[in-house]
Formats: sequence, C-alpha cells, structure tokens
Amino acid sequence: MTSEHLTIGVLAVQGAFEAHAQVLRSLGVNAPLVRLPEDLASLDGLILPGGESTTFLKHLERNGFFNALATFVQQKPSFGTCAGTILLAKDVRNPVQKSLAVLDATVERNAYGRQIDSTIQETETTLPGGTMEMVYIRAPRIAAVGDGVEVLARRNGDPVLIREGRILAATFHPELSADRRVHEFFVEMVRREKLAHSATAAHAG
Amino acid sequence: MSHLNGSTSGNPSGTGLRLKTGLAEMLKGGVIMDVMNVEQARIAEEAGAVSVMALERVPAMIRAEGGVARMANPKLIKEIMQTVSIPVMAKARIGHFVEAQVLEQLGVDFIDESEVLTPADETYHIDKHAFKTPFVCGARNLGEALRRIAEGAAMIRTKGEPGTGDVVHAVQHMRTITREIRILTALREEELYNEAKQHGAPYELVRMVAQEGKLPVPNFSAGGIATPADAALMMQLGAETVFVGSGIFMKERATPLDIENDPKERAEAVSRAKAIVIAATHFNDPKIVAEASELVTGTMKGLAAAAIEEAQLMQTRGW
Repeated sequence: MTSEHLTIGVLAVQGAFEAHAQVLRSLGVNAPLVRLPEDLASLDGLILPGGESTTFLKHLERNGFFNALATFVQQKPSFGTCAGTILLAKDVRNPVQKSLAVLDATVERNAYGRQIDSTIQETETTLPGGTMEMVYIRAPRIAAVGDGVEVLARRNGDPVLIREGRILAATFHPELSADRRVHEFFVEMVRREKLAHSATAAHAG
Repeated sequence: MSHLNGSTSGNPSGTGLRLKTGLAEMLKGGVIMDVMNVEQARIAEEAGAVSVMALERVPAMIRAEGGVARMANPKLIKEIMQTVSIPVMAKARIGHFVEAQVLEQLGVDFIDESEVLTPADETYHIDKHAFKTPFVCGARNLGEALRRIAEGAAMIRTKGEPGTGDVVHAVQHMRTITREIRILTALREEELYNEAKQHGAPYELVRMVAQEGKLPVPNFSAGGIATPADAALMMQLGAETVFVGSGIFMKERATPLDIENDPKERAEAVSRAKAIVIAATHFNDPKIVAEASELVTGTMKGLAAAAIEEAQLMQTRGW
C-alpha cells in the first residue's frame, strides 16, 4: 500500500488548515478539507490544525459535529497542533473548556504569553534526523501527561510533541516549517493503522 | 531579502516575519470583530470570533460624530485583553509610530495601522519592521498592498469603505487586488520591471507575487461587511478571513445596540455575530449561508457608499 491510497482529512472550520493540507499533498496523501460531520466518512486519519479553539467549539456545536468528531478520534489516527491539541486533551485550563478528551494530558491555553512571546526554537526530538525547528504561536503548554503518553520532544522540560496510541499532538506548528518529519511520522501512523485494520478485516472475513 | 525575512525587526534570529504571518495563518477562515467594551468582546468570543479589534468608537460612529479619531485608551484595551482568551488587535493612526509603540507595550497581538483613524502622517507609514508585534494594513490595490508589505505588514486587508455597511468597495478592492495578481502571473520576466514601476512597488515583491500567484502574506477583507452573505461573498472573492466593524453592534448609524440593558437588542447582536461566523466558514455552501442568514434579527441600517462625498471617504487615506 502506498501513501497515494491514504486519505487524511484536515478539520477546516477555521485556522491553519490550508498549510497542513499542502504538506499532506506534498507527501502524496489525499487531503480533503473537513467542514461538516459527513466529511469525516471514508477518512483514514485527521489533522486538527491550529487556530482558535473557542471558535472551533462554536462550529462543532452545530449538527452533531462534536459527537461525530469525538467518535472519529477514538477510532482513527488523529493529529492535533496547537488549538487541535487543546481540543484533543482530557483536561483544558485557562480557561477550563470542553474538549474531545481522548489524550491523557493537561493543557493550559496561552501559557507562554501573547503574540509578543511567540518564538521559533531548535529543539531535540526522539524522531530521527537531529534537532527540529519548532514554531510556537501563542502556544498552549502541556502541563502534565498520563503514564500511557510517550513524549517525543520537550521545550525547557515541557512536553511539546506527544503520542498516545492513535493520537499525536504538538503545541508547535510543523506545518509552518520546511521540516516534514512530524507529518511523515503521522502519515506512517495512519498507514500502519490502515494496514492493521485491513489485515484484521481480511482475517475476520 | 532582508526586508522580508524580518532581520531588521529587532528579532536577532531573523524569524520575525514568519512568526507574524504565523499568527495571521491561525486567524484564517474566521471573523475578526470590532468591539468597544468588555461586554461586546465577551459576546464576540462567545459567538466564535477568532479575534477582536478593541476601539473606542466603531467606524460608523467616527463617521457620524467626526472629530479626530485616535488610538483607544490603553485602559480599555487592557480590560478587553483580560476578558477574552482570543487574540486582541488595536488600531494606530497611519504614521503614528508612538501609538504603535504604546500598543506593543500593552502586548496587543496585532496592530492595525488604520485609515479608520485620522492619519498622523501624510507621507510616511509606520516602519513596521521596527516592531515585534505584527501589523495589518489596508489596501485598495496590489501596489498599495505591496508597499505596506515592504514596510513590514504581516497581513493585508481590503479597505472597503469603513462604517457604511455597504460592501461595494470591499468587493472592488478585492477584485482589483486578485485581478492584478492574476495579470502578473501571466507576464514575462522582463515585463515585471515595468509592472513594479506601474504599481509603485518593490520589484522583488512583484516578482514574488508573479511566481506564487498570491500575496506573500495572508489577504483578509474589511470595510462595509454587514451580513452573512457579505462575509461569504468576500471569502468567495478570495478573502481568507473577514473583519466586521460596525455590522454587529450598531443599530442606527451612530447608535450601538443596547446589549447591557435590552435583552432583545443583545440577542440581535449575538444573532448577527454567530451568523457571520457560520457564513465565513461555510462560504461555499449556499444552503448553510441561507440558514445563517435566517438566524439574523435586524441589520445595521447602513449608508450607501456612493452617497459619501469624496472628502469624507476613509479609504483614500494611506499612500
């Protein structure tokens, strides 16, 4: 199976969805924009981009989108960046807000300050290929993670790239850097999940 | 190109412009709402605004009341920053770099060097590279957009005609900018030098637009957007996000809806704000734009832009 057969949607109710879709397309993946609950059908995975999480929640209130998305992220690989990570986390603070609660992490919104404190840093990561440029825009902070969460990179001790099962989450914006490793890592997660799923289906058949 | 990589922005890592346009990327597909007090800011956030613009008088009031329009009082801006979790923008007068310094000091997330306020300089705009805070500037055509980008703007918006509720000039400006971009993409290399001269814009930026087919920074729309259909129209014409100024909280030209004391007027403001947010996301889906339009109770009365005398236009401010 090649990546040409993979379809990874990008949640496009608001935010930096186009930048993610461009990276996915450059990796040979179909990347439809997801604006309605029915757009989730037939996706192998989903990216929840950066943007304003309060705005996302307003759109998700309509037409059962929130519940459809909550079901999707429990079943298929999903990757959140920034506001997307806020949406995936179990515990959101500053202020407390509703979330899909599939990622065992505590996330504080705007914890590093306002836009004036936005920054680009070179950071160590467990992904092969050396340090990685990480773009932080009014970033949230992952204050705590559960035992089942793997930390792939840290910024001054705080986790900034984490994985728990099918969920990948970053507080920075890999879609704004030329380095494609995080997206490649996620595409690989989606490919393996799809392979495993089709193998199980074949076995059951 | 030092003027694009932000190396003069006071950010030694040379990453200034990427961080500035990065925030603009996060605002895409959304609605930025003008607010004059904490309660309006709260309504805007609850309705799903991606950002609020803090100001003392919306353009419709400035237009009706006259006088010199200046940067808002820092106290008001700080109160609004403390109230909402979304980014807060504020306006500085064209060329008034000290108002911009004050706004940066307050920590606002975006500064709008705006023709809505009375210009402080009739020749020079603010050197926006000198700031770490990103700037948005208005433009009526490609040349104006590229001049502002050369000065360091991280986001461009159409000017339209502010405070009117009449979208006609926003449409005209967006159509002009996108048409001029499409023309550049069809020209030969050697023709671009003359285009740069015609547009009054730096050759490097003209060449970049010719190659990419878009502005090097996000392209938003403002100026007269008052309804969900207006928002969807601007998005279909190429805007990546819309600013709504007087369209949400104004009743008559110079009178805001009484959201504090009148539940009906508060509901009206909420309905307009929510509906425009829905339409900006689902701009390509007429069924949803229709549903959103149906939610709206009442619309800003507005002022036909064609009826405004030349000297009263705000869009001609800026050089």
